[in-house]
Amino acid sequence: MKKNLTRRKFLKAAGIAGAAVAMPLSLVEFSWGRNSQENFTLAYVSDSHLTHIKGGQFVRNFDMGLKKAVTEVNFMRPKPDFVVFGGDLAQLGKKAEIDHGLEIMSRLRYPVKWVVGEHDYYLDLGQYWSEKVSKLHYSFDHKGVHFVVLNSILTYDNWINRWKSPAERMHQMARLDNPQGSPFMVRDRQIEWMKKDLSGLSKDTPIVVMSHSPLYKIFKPWNFWTEDAEKVQAVLKPFSKVTVLHGHVHQILYNQIGNISFQAMMSTAWPWPYPVSYAQAGNAVPKLTVFMNRADPHSERDATGWSIINLDNGRVINDFKLWENTNRTLRYDDKLGYPVDTKYQNPADRIPPQEHY
Amino acid sequence: MPKILRIIILTIVSLTFAASAAVCDEFTKDDLKQWNAQFMSSVKEGEKLFHSSLGRNTVSCDMCHPNAANTHPETYPKFQKQLGKVITLGDMINWCIINPLEGDKLDLDDPKMIALEAYITYERRGVKLAPGKH
Ligand code: HEC
Ligand SMILES: [Fe+2]
Ligand SMILES: [Fe+2]
Repeated sequence: MKKNLTRRKFLKAAGIAGAAVAMPLSLVEFSWGRNSQENFTLAYVSDSHLTHIKGGQFVRNFDMGLKKAVTEVNFMRPKPDFVVFGGDLAQLGKKAEIDHGLEIMSRLRYPVKWVVGEHDYYLDLGQYWSEKVSKLHYSFDHKGVHFVVLNSILTYDNWINRWKSPAERMHQMARLDNPQGSPFMVRDRQIEWMKKDLSGLSKDTPIVVMSHSPLYKIFKPWNFWTEDAEKVQAVLKPFSKVTVLHGHVHQILYNQIGNISFQAMMSTAWPWPYPVSYAQAGNAVPKLTVFMNRADPHSERDATGWSIINLDNGRVINDFKLWENTNRTLRYDDKLGYPVDTKYQNPADRIPPQEHY
Repeated sequence: MPKILRIIILTIVSLTFAASAAVCDEFTKDDLKQWNAQFMSSVKEGEKLFHSSLGRNTVSCDMCHPNAANTHPETYPKFQKQLGKVITLGDMINWCIINPLEGDKLDLDDPKMIALEAYITYERRGVKLAPGKH
């Protein structure tokens, strides 16, 4: 026993000496700043839209996407500290769909932090989700980073109450291009909670907010939109390092508004067009975004995937794992003050499929 | 042929000519309104079909193509490399019915196909024709 301990101590000491020689920079990173965050990684999987057909049958295509992501996350190196699911696990909020999703996700070897999407919520207003899956909003700290999870897909009470049945309400919200839709909101109660939640933190604490909808305004007709986004942004304004990670838009999309970086996650199920490709309405798609490749419909997994998020000194490095396309990376550029695509940001470096029309 | 019958036929023929001349003469604002209403009812029918499950797995077109975006009707006919030939919009609609929707293809002159084309094209109104474009 004693011998063993000594031997282990020796190995540890040798290991540190070896690491110091091989990569002295890693020691510098660990002693960074007052908060001394460590670099760590997490996996981000989103928008699986598992769709119940009947009995035990689900849409095969969408099941395949989530299963593929789960398998790959389990092989991820370095291992993620945890996994985030970005919302829209289900298509129509059915218990069968949520249960099916939980079963597939249970094969992950890591703990999961859940964000709720509108497709999970509008059948029973989040009841089954709260019972079986997760709280709808909460916060936690991890290695010096403060994470805030919001339920950003709330809406006006009038709209919620105007439908004949919960199923009708769910169908209405599930239709993206619904002229009778209603914009997403965080609502004042949750914003007040968030204010309190952040009140004790020093202003240089890295903050990562995770919501389903983008916490800014891009295109109202498809709810690429949060109605009270400015109020949420105002609460985040005093902090120097803020990143919002969101789902819902099923595409590569990023922006910088003041101190806040915004980054969208891919869907495992299907890609969505950019609002620029709808000719009948104006849009506010961020100029900063280099679009993902236009999908080839003959390839089911094209323009779908998941992300490895590296929290490098409190800034997000987003490695998109794109199944049918070249992987892409977004990295915050300290000099420019916004995230850039490491390969395609310069217009001269872009390729024809990145043009959407 | 008895003379009387020949006269009757001639009369009918000349009457028909007279009638058709009146029809082709010009069309009125009311006609335009009516024709547009006919077209818009096909668009509406197409919108309904586009938002319903046309196949066997409950999936609908709008789930991936909100407002029919990314259907690019103005680019057809065009070459599809996976099919190895130049195809029409209807062929591509059928491809999406068979694959993501796991359904059966429609005849190209099926009123449902025409309605889908009417809706998709109407949502793209104002965009320049770009046949063959990718
Ligand atoms: C699961 C997702 C999905 C569903 C459902 C779906 N499609 Fe598609 N479809 C795609 C993708 C992806 C593309 C390629 C889009 C692009 O070119 O950017 C595509 C392409 C097309 C195109 C050709 C676009 C072009 O640029 O040439 C047409 C037309 C089309 N779809 C029509 C339909 C119709 C009609 C339906 C319903 C019967 C449908 N789609 C359902 C995913 C889908
Ligand atoms: Fe989604
Ligand atoms: Fe969503």
